[in-house]
Amino acid sequence: MQISLNVNGVRHDLDVPPASLLVEVLRDHLHLTGTHIGCDTSQCGACNVLMDGKAAKSCTVLAGQADGSEVITIEGLARDGALHPMQAAFKDAHGLQCGFCTPGMVIAGLEIARRHGPDVDEATIRHDLEGNLCRCTGYANIVKAIKAGAEAMA
Amino acid sequence: MIDAAYHRPASLAEAAALAARGGDVAYLAGGHTLIPAMKSRLRAPDALVDLSAIAGLDGIALEGDRLRIGAMARHAAVADGEDVKRAIPALAKLVSLIGDPQVRNRGTLGGSVANNDPAADYPAAVLALDAVIETDRGSHAADDFFQGMFATALADGEIITRIGFRVPDAAAYAKFAHPASRYALVGVFVARFADGVRVAVTGAGPGTFRWTAAEAAIAGGGVVPALAPDDLNSDIHASAEYRAHLAGVMLARALGDLK
Repeated sequence: MQISLNVNGVRHDLDVPPASLLVEVLRDHLHLTGTHIGCDTSQCGACNVLMDGKAAKSCTVLAGQADGSEVITIEGLARDGALHPMQAAFKDAHGLQCGFCTPGMVIAGLEIARRHGPDVDEATIRHDLEGNLCRCTGYANIVKAIKAGAEAMA
Repeated sequence: MIDAAYHRPASLAEAAALAARGGDVAYLAGGHTLIPAMKSRLRAPDALVDLSAIAGLDGIALEGDRLRIGAMARHAAVADGEDVKRAIPALAKLVSLIGDPQVRNRGTLGGSVANNDPAADYPAAVLALDAVIETDRGSHAADDFFQGMFATALADGEIITRIGFRVPDAAAYAKFAHPASRYALVGVFVARFADGVRVAVTGAGPGTFRWTAAEAAIAGGGVVPALAPDDLNSDIHASAEYRAHLAGVMLARALGDLK
């Protein structure tokens, strides 16, 4: 099946199996392996990407559903070698340990900033991280990072 | 990898024609139940018919005493919808409790209602708000629509296009969410209209149902009798007795929150 995706600002015309998942297209066809497959059951959020500006779990989106859309993955956030403010906040706040969940957490952070703006409070951040699992950090520094990242994006 | 043919028609007629070709054909709305179900091999349709490219299925409009929401309206759009928040704030709240932000960006009203998961949130609102389920072939009253676990009045190939919720004088939804899945262990939606109160329960039984004894007690100013556990679900998450108890607690919370 032919699909056309704009990924991180670059248009790709791809021939993929009919019911491929978006995450499979990103990882296996475009070799963008920053988007992780954690649970593969829509629970953990490691596969989060931005689809037309909104966070989506790419393990639960078919390639056909994404046809024609604009996708941003973790690889598409830095500009000219400089980290995106949300990525920099994760680095500064030490919002990660093993790093497996981090790409999805950063995307979730962008979704939180988009929806709630720079003054988002801790309770809202924790509530909106419902769909992202981290097994290392205990979340405290992830929450701090998202708060700082949202402020820095203003 | 999922193995199925994939179609993305541009019209309802084209979608219905694809479904009528035969074989096991599934309509795909947001996909946030169907795709996980296919991965776990609970569902293995031969073909998917994606409804997302059909224009006009995601509008939200307040028309008289009905709030009409398109079947393909994403949860996030309903939860944040100005008309929804103004006309039926309890509905906006219910939708904001579905899944997580990423799920709400993709999941749809029509998908949830057509699937009729016994622990889904939306069916309780559809039933309590005396909604009309409009389809490509006609319409169904909510009271006749839900027919037990994953069963509805939809005929083979019938497509939900829009749901018209009756705007109540006051309403509230209280949910005891399963801490991992965020599905309702028990959820109770109460809606008060000029001509009576409707109470719908989700999560507790094999499908959403009206708690008529509670409706009568509330209308008459009496004490709400305990919900009998006889027909409720017992599983690894909770016993029927626990669910029956939770229904009473959720009803009391909803009544306290009625606005």
